[in-house]
Amino acid sequence: MKILVPVKRVVDYNVKVRVKADGTGVETANVKMSMNPFDEIAVEEAVRLKEKGTATEIVAVSIGPAAAQEQIRTALAMGADRGILVEHDGIVEPLAVAKMLKALVAKESPQLVLMGKQAIDDDMNATGQMLAALLGWPQGTFASKVEVADGIKVTREVDGGLETVALKLPAIVTADLRLNEPRYASLPNIMKARKKPIETVKPADLGVDPAPRLTVLKVEEPPKRQAGVKVGSVQELVEKLRTEAKVI
Amino acid sequence: MTILVLADRAGAAVSQPTRSAVAAAQQIGGEVHVLVLGQDGAEAAAKLPGVAKVLVAAGNDHALAEPAAALLVALAPGYTHLLAPGSAMGKNIMPRVAALLDVQVISDVAGVEGADTFRRFIYAGNALATVKTSDATKVMTVRAASFDPVAAEGGSAAIEPAPAAEDPGVSSFVGAEIAKLERPELTAARIVVSGGRAMGSADNFKILEGVADKLGAAIGASRAAVDAGYAPNDMQVGQTGKIVAPELYIAFGISGAIQHLAGMKDSKVIVAVNKDEEAPIFQVADYGLVGDVFKVIPELEAELGKK
Ligand SMILES: Cc1cc2nc3c(=O)[nH]c(=O)nc-3n(C[C@H](O)[C@H](O)[C@H](O)COP(=O)(O)OP(=O)(O)OC[C@H]3O[C@@H](n4cnc5c(N)ncnc54)[C@H](O)[C@@H]3O)c2cc1C
Ligand SMILES: Nc1ncnc2c1ncn2[C@@H]1O[C@H](COP(=O)(O)O)[C@@H](O)[C@H]1O
Repeated sequence: MKILVPVKRVVDYNVKVRVKADGTGVETANVKMSMNPFDEIAVEEAVRLKEKGTATEIVAVSIGPAAAQEQIRTALAMGADRGILVEHDGIVEPLAVAKMLKALVAKESPQLVLMGKQAIDDDMNATGQMLAALLGWPQGTFASKVEVADGIKVTREVDGGLETVALKLPAIVTADLRLNEPRYASLPNIMKARKKPIETVKPADLGVDPAPRLTVLKVEEPPKRQAGVKVGSVQELVEKLRTEAKVI
Repeated sequence: MTILVLADRAGAAVSQPTRSAVAAAQQIGGEVHVLVLGQDGAEAAAKLPGVAKVLVAAGNDHALAEPAAALLVALAPGYTHLLAPGSAMGKNIMPRVAALLDVQVISDVAGVEGADTFRRFIYAGNALATVKTSDATKVMTVRAASFDPVAAEGGSAAIEPAPAAEDPGVSSFVGAEIAKLERPELTAARIVVSGGRAMGSADNFKILEGVADKLGAAIGASRAAVDAGYAPNDMQVGQTGKIVAPELYIAFGISGAIQHLAGMKDSKVIVAVNKDEEAPIFQVADYGLVGDVFKVIPELEAELGKK
């Protein structure tokens, strides 16, 4: 079974992002960029399926600037076999990403697309569901366990607990945090990854117009909370919650 | 304008996040209808003030995304806006609906500026974006913490069956492990008591229950606590867990990573207990107590017992 794994280049999760003074977005110049953490989990799951003999080939795809090659290389170093970069500068929304991925699915015919549940920059949590819709495939979102047998069984993190669904293949699975713990690529594997092929295409080659549907009117700093006071004892805390804050 | 709100499945009741989504719909303006999957909850939905009609769809009791999206797409021509709470259900279904309608979904709407202009957080709550959509049908999920829910009672809407939609038949429900709630639901609770990695073990985590019981509070957790197995996943508060905005949030042994803050910094009053006086959580806390959780929690439970 062939698996397609979309990986997004995002501001590293440890960076405290700053809103640009002109209100057009957040500062991304000279900021550390990484693979979206949920996508690392998706890559890891795909590699484990390959190690088990379930998967035969893993193709990592990124839609983004030329520098997104770095994130594809990371996926290759973790164990993906080859990469495809859809080169595009500027914002691409989940709908456009899903359309490009659909075109790549038509070309590559994977049985499974394993992706992150959410990109930590736009926090949309949408692309997997949208791709599933466009392909008419079933979706197993927010996965914390995946079992490939006849079709695929996905345990999902839902409000109040867990839910398991059975999906026919081909299918889309989006990874939640507890699906696995991604490995660090070893140095020999990083070296090997340099020789793995990455193909570059443009949105137009896939017949997709990447123009966004949402116009960003402004981006602001959210209201800041002020640090309050330190209390010296539990008694003082309870006293303040009762008489000052009046919340208990 | 006519707006359809997809209700969470919540047994015979209507979930609080659904009532927040109805509030968001009322801010957009126009007539509001509610869609309920499965028979349960239709009567409760009909009582929501300001709701004109309740549609009941039989047959998809587990809210599987594939048939639910097909149903919403069939209903879409009658509506300008399709809304759902930003719950696991809403987030699973609405992007699928949007793609089928060829529109960009707007996730976790936190503010309504007009019929086509909305505010939402990006970058784990570190930035607030105002976006205007050019799509004809607006499909979105609603960040419950940003909208005061409408009352549970007061209305008397008509209940009608929804038209049947086709099940694509590609998915099926196998089973669920849903925790029985002995406490208020996390996203609806007036008080939330949360524990972090400092709790040290699943057994130790339980000492929070005493304080929670005294306060009538829900219990939450940081990701570190969930990953370590001290608490179940549905208790996780944060960017990728639940977003809560209670009157009072008490964080025990939680450092205050941005991903955690994204889920609780809209709380009215925040209390932090941490043995490290430099912990970032103190920067957002109204009341900070530097101390050991294992000393503070029993003391707090005892103090709350006194009147
Ligand atoms: C993509 C992504 C998404 C994430 N999503 C979330 C999310 O939704 N929610 C979330 O919470 N995190 C999330 N995280 C993780 C987040 O970055 C932090 O790692 C996590 O919140 C840390 O949890 P913690 O504060 O319990 O643990 P730690 O950071 O280890 O903090 C423990 C704290 O306890 C204090 N302490 C220790 N012992 C005691 C004691 N005896 N008494 C008092 N204080 C004590 C310490 O001083 C420390 O401040 C996410 C991370 C990533 C990469
Ligand atoms: N530009 C992109 N390139 C590759 N994958 C992407 C891109 N955007 C989104 N994805 C995938 O879709 C998932 C969900 O993203 P989002 O819907 O934006 O929150 C991510 O975790 C990725 O797996």
